[in-house]
Amino acid sequence: MTVLLVALGAAIGAPLRYLTDRFIQARHDSVFPWGTMAVNVAGSFVLGLLVGLPVPESVAVFAGTGFCGALTTYSTFSYETVRLTQEGSRFYAVANVTASVTAGLGAATLGLVIGQAIGSLVKV
Amino acid sequence: MREPIDSDVDLHDPSVRAELRPTPFPVLAAISAGGAIGALGRYGLSVALPHAPGGFPWSTFLVNVSGCLLIGVLMVLVTEVWTVRLLRPFLGVGVLGGYTTFSTYVLDIQQAMDSGSAGIALAYLAATLVAAVPAAWAGTAVTLRLVR
Repeated sequence: MTVLLVALGAAIGAPLRYLTDRFIQARHDSVFPWGTMAVNVAGSFVLGLLVGLPVPESVAVFAGTGFCGALTTYSTFSYETVRLTQEGSRFYAVANVTASVTAGLGAATLGLVIGQAIGSLVKV
Repeated sequence: MREPIDSDVDLHDPSVRAELRPTPFPVLAAISAGGAIGALGRYGLSVALPHAPGGFPWSTFLVNVSGCLLIGVLMVLVTEVWTVRLLRPFLGVGVLGGYTTFSTYVLDIQQAMDSGSAGIALAYLAATLVAAVPAAWAGTAVTLRLVR
């Protein structure tokens, strides 16, 4: 059952990453990988929220491990950083790493705090 | 042909721009199926190598580093050797995108901080970056050398 939930969440998260990235690129013609950064930060926020909330194990596996795991990506993030460096955009490469990690951590922490706040309200 | 900047979607590439036409379903289905397979691989490794709260998250570290090495290899292969239509969406966007994760990476850093292991949090943050980004570079460099 757990395995199925992971697969199902990922089957939604992965194409959503692709579509979001496409949507953002179609509107911002830039070398900087805004699309990947957006899904990574958004996914980190949602995972933070899930960790903060008192969700049942099945929801955590489906939405956390499956959906957020596949919505976000480290392979694309690293690949872009390498390609930006190779193309001479060293500043963008460093900015991509710094901004993604900082914004991702901030979003995860914010999600966690909001999740915990909602969780404590629901309990009372 | 030059490798793209974004391995998931790079709209500067006309074939990527056109890949949702005439219908988006083959590409989206390939990504979906690949994503499920990749996520199961990641989940499997997380069950095999669990980490204590505040401990070093080895499974996510290994997943992200190996996934980055493989994306480097794959992107050279799909641009230089196998220009098959659904291969990049299935293996790159789907399998490797579903296998690697950014959200668990930052959450694990956050959780390590929360449990008072600031050293582990920082070491994990830096070690993943220092291993994964060069792994993607090594994947492209070695594969380029082999195929050219």
